[in-house]
Amino acid sequence: MKVPISWLKEYVEISLPIEELAFKLTLAGLEVEEIRYVGLPMPEGKEQETKITGISWGPEEIVVGEVSEVLPHPDADRLVLCQLDDGKQQHTVLTGAPNLFPYKGKGPLDPPLKVVYAREGATIIDAYNETDPTATTTLKRKKIRGVESYSMACSEKELGISDEHEGIILLDQDAPTGMSLVEYMGDAVLDIAITPNIARAANILGVAREVAAITGAKLKYPEINPVMEGEPIKGRVSIDIKNPEDNPRFVLGLIENVEIKPSPYWAQLRLKLAGVRPIDALVDATNYTMLEIGEPLHAFDYDVLVDRAKGKPPVIITRRAKQGESLTTLDDVERKVDDFTVLVTDQAGPLSLAGVMGGAESEVQGKTKNVLLEGASWNYVNVRRTVSAQVLPSEAAYRFERGVHPEIAPIGVKRCLEWMRKWAGGTVAKGLVDEYPLPQVDTRVALTPADVERWLGISLSAKEIAELLTKLEFSVSIKGDQLDVTTPPHRLDIGEGIIGKADLMEEIARVYGYDKIPETNLADGLPLQVGNRDLELEEMVRDQLAGLGLQEIVTYRITSPEADRKALPPGAEEGREYLELANPISADKTVMRQELLASMLEVVEKNFRSKERIALFEIGPVFLPEDAELNISELPKLALCLYGSRSHPSWQGGEKKVMDYYDLKGIIESLLAGLHIEGVKYLPEAAPYFHPGKSARIDVGGNLLGYMGEVHPQVKQNYKLPDQPLPAAILDINALLERVDDLYDVEPVPDQPPVLEDLALVVDGDVPAQDVQALIQQTGGKTLRDVRLFDVYRGEQLGEGKKSLAYSLVYQHPEKTLTDKEVLAIRNKIVKRLEKEIGAKLRSW
Amino acid sequence: MQEKLDSIKKEALDAVEAITEISVLEAWQVKYLGRSSAIMEVFKSLGTLSKEEKPAIGKAANIVKVALEAASEEKESQLKQERINQSLAGEKIDVTLPGRRTVSGGLHPTTQTLREIYRVFGDMGFQIYRSQEVETDQYNFQHLNFPPYHPARDMQDTFFVKSAEDRGDDPLMLRTHTSPGQIHAMLEHTSKYPDDPPPIRIILPGMCYRYEQITARSEIQFNQVEGLAVGKGIAFGDLKGTLSNFARRMFGQDAKTRFRASHFPFTEPSAEMDVGCFLCKGEGCSVCKGAGWLEILGCGMVHPTVLKNGGFDPEVYSGFAFGMGPERITMMRHHIEDIRNFWANDLRFLEQF
Ligand SMILES: [Zn+2]
Repeated sequence: MKVPISWLKEYVEISLPIEELAFKLTLAGLEVEEIRYVGLPMPEGKEQETKITGISWGPEEIVVGEVSEVLPHPDADRLVLCQLDDGKQQHTVLTGAPNLFPYKGKGPLDPPLKVVYAREGATIIDAYNETDPTATTTLKRKKIRGVESYSMACSEKELGISDEHEGIILLDQDAPTGMSLVEYMGDAVLDIAITPNIARAANILGVAREVAAITGAKLKYPEINPVMEGEPIKGRVSIDIKNPEDNPRFVLGLIENVEIKPSPYWAQLRLKLAGVRPIDALVDATNYTMLEIGEPLHAFDYDVLVDRAKGKPPVIITRRAKQGESLTTLDDVERKVDDFTVLVTDQAGPLSLAGVMGGAESEVQGKTKNVLLEGASWNYVNVRRTVSAQVLPSEAAYRFERGVHPEIAPIGVKRCLEWMRKWAGGTVAKGLVDEYPLPQVDTRVALTPADVERWLGISLSAKEIAELLTKLEFSVSIKGDQLDVTTPPHRLDIGEGIIGKADLMEEIARVYGYDKIPETNLADGLPLQVGNRDLELEEMVRDQLAGLGLQEIVTYRITSPEADRKALPPGAEEGREYLELANPISADKTVMRQELLASMLEVVEKNFRSKERIALFEIGPVFLPEDAELNISELPKLALCLYGSRSHPSWQGGEKKVMDYYDLKGIIESLLAGLHIEGVKYLPEAAPYFHPGKSARIDVGGNLLGYMGEVHPQVKQNYKLPDQPLPAAILDINALLERVDDLYDVEPVPDQPPVLEDLALVVDGDVPAQDVQALIQQTGGKTLRDVRLFDVYRGEQLGEGKKSLAYSLVYQHPEKTLTDKEVLAIRNKIVKRLEKEIGAKLRSW
Repeated sequence: MQEKLDSIKKEALDAVEAITEISVLEAWQVKYLGRSSAIMEVFKSLGTLSKEEKPAIGKAANIVKVALEAASEEKESQLKQERINQSLAGEKIDVTLPGRRTVSGGLHPTTQTLREIYRVFGDMGFQIYRSQEVETDQYNFQHLNFPPYHPARDMQDTFFVKSAEDRGDDPLMLRTHTSPGQIHAMLEHTSKYPDDPPPIRIILPGMCYRYEQITARSEIQFNQVEGLAVGKGIAFGDLKGTLSNFARRMFGQDAKTRFRASHFPFTEPSAEMDVGCFLCKGEGCSVCKGAGWLEILGCGMVHPTVLKNGGFDPEVYSGFAFGMGPERITMMRHHIEDIRNFWANDLRFLEQF
């Protein structure tokens, strides 16, 4: 809502500087997002609470001027010379404004034209600077086409009013020649963000009411007593409301013999500053009144309605649309309407979409003489549904969607008829036709000072509370400690009972001042400390992985099936169903993801050119579609992926070797060890994402933890990546967190000397190393403190399909020093068992 | 004999005097103090001497040995010191060459900001409550006092989710805020303690979704942290106190706060909390757009309807709620102009945190 200060001042006295007023409004919930200066002096200094834009007009340099004659330029067709009086002296002013051409060579003008005159030295907006619309220029003496020029008549653009630069401003006739323009019409516009609960203030009067309440100034209501001298409206039109729930009130007024012409410049200026384009006196009057009072109005061509009624007095009917009904609205679009849409019709058919937009046929046009003016109140739900179904937002609908009090309808109609009479001439018919089948009952709320104390933490007397509410025009009666508060007849936002109390609390706090409510600390006891173990463990996983050199990423959870399936080779998981969005915003974001790996590989794809080493993890949910019972699962997953060299490049070399399956496995082993998860097994098993020969299932105690492996070559092809190892893993967070052991045992540090020994074995090539190690460990028992694989070797001399595994063993007894004999006995036991169970032979060196 | 000892001593001491290297000293030690050195030969020959001669010669020989050992020790420490001096004088590395980088990982900036928020509220007794991202209209809107067609729904453009069943006016959707968690948490709590439920203090973090074009300033997914405190006798002053404490912990002890009236359907009264710009100290900068204040969070007293929907009697219980965006806070703190950086996962961005 753009509020020109000059307009606001018509209804409330403002003694505060504009910035201070803006700040107070902001604190009271009418957030001033910007103050745009249009002429008035801008504040000095930088400590502003609000964004400030615009331009100030020099009071000496920019004045009202009077053009007495427009002369042709001797050498230029597209320029004219104006004889201009600036109140001090005559000037000859050069201009190319097309709106002066009609006066060219017409001799002395009577009456003269009132224009804005910028003297030499005036600072105005540089209308020719296309890169910076706020750039200014200062008028200097120069020659244009042989004629001396030092001053000019200004366009709106040059004064920062609008983008209009075709012609110069033609002021109203009563503008006093020589008067400083800033004094005549300087302004500043507050741009206020209107939240839904404060829609009652989406008009100048509404903002003035808030200003009055928070500054203590008195609100000056406009006088609503239009000159009504025409033949009474009664009997010339009637109203039939079919459903009062949809349309509690409908009011009509009539003005006859109007002349369609522009409205006065001051009114056009206000509309422009408020962000509404002036059209003609009739349309401007409806818009002006809506902005002023808050009642959206609609003007019908009365004669069209009489024609449609075959010469009889028209009957205006409001009702729900019928099946298949349609209407051509005044934007010339034929619209099929839904059954929830309320229509204004006559007996011949639809006239307008109630509260949203008028119809083309009955709209006011150039030849309109007689205007029937509608002011009504509508159920906000129907208006809202119609606006969204027709995609037809409008200033009128904006207000009706948020609720307009029915009491305002007749006030708006009367006010608008008077503006029409003043701006377009004509005679206003006596009286209104007013149907009000469902009178609004303004809510009443009972309140006590104890409520205020409980809610706001401040103690006020009943009288103080009443004073605060009265400032916002609530009527309050006090009986002892009880306040009986009645909502004023312009707002619909105060509920009943406890809800009404809460609503009033906000009003009390706003007028009292949020800033004056003292800060306190929660006084009630510490609530139940239940913690959030899942999150805490998840954060522990994050810390472990970051410590292991991985970077956390967060990717989009909305994706497309095509993008999501890129994590799989062709043919895998055919027919997978997704949780689908009903209203996707773009073709690449239509479903909820099921594969963390898909977006993770995109991240690798995006980064591999700028990074030699990429190590990523992401923790987040995947979304499964509705199951048979219509339940939706969100399963938290952990994805990991490595790409590129093992260490960062360095001036000393660094390790250039690319990371492979075993790098990732080392990370996962460290992660699981860090979480004290025991009994982990890596079983060869193909998961679709991975190369079937380089894929492992990770199990803990027989439960699936996830899969890891080398990304399947056909998956790699789905991304633009060089052919390099790409180890990755997908783990189930829930399964992982379930196995975390907080109560792990710590073994004492041994003080007996260890006996170290190497053991090299030759086994069949496909015997998993994990099994060999497990056998050694098992057989060695507690005395075998550590087993570490340090070499894997395949070679001809070992025999066809054989490999050698070399382990270093650490024997250590907790209580005594082991003898060579004791060690040898254990070793022999191990060798024998390995030979027996997996055919291992000791390797001879 | 005494002359022999004197000559051994002289020869050895002269020799040691000239030594300039440790290796030569070691050879000297073998030659003059080793098993077959002259002085050791003297000791070995003591047995052949008479009872009268033995003590005197033995004593004299020992004096020589001690003298040689002392000389050796002195030489050794002199040579070591010389070596240290040499090293100090001559050895030099380029200390400005870059260090060897270890591989290090990192946490996403949002995770880092979330953790700070968890910590501050955790210190004030708030527990963390998480709930699902796919919600129903009932929980995302209706229970939170957004009736169907309420204009406040405009501020939260919604992604709807298809369902096999006709859900009428309770469609599935991606949550537009973490507020539905308030209802879940309250209902869990009040059904667990139906009589006289104890106070509740939680924060609700998580990913939310809005149907918006992705631009430098708006994203279709973003994290939110909501907070909720319900109890007996919680007033607006407590909201101001708690959130100002948060602001001081998060943005520095001298952070100023201001509360201004606002509107959210699920709170009444509602407020926005601004924090005095901690980057320019209120002087005006590009982050606060010259205003000196940064919009940090929305808050308010829990609406009676919401309390009721959560199973609390609004005549007895009251509470406050608030919500903030960790990405927005991160952007302000680090001068990030474009919110798209958060999910773009350019490592050159992420690795700076
Ligand atoms: Zn700043």
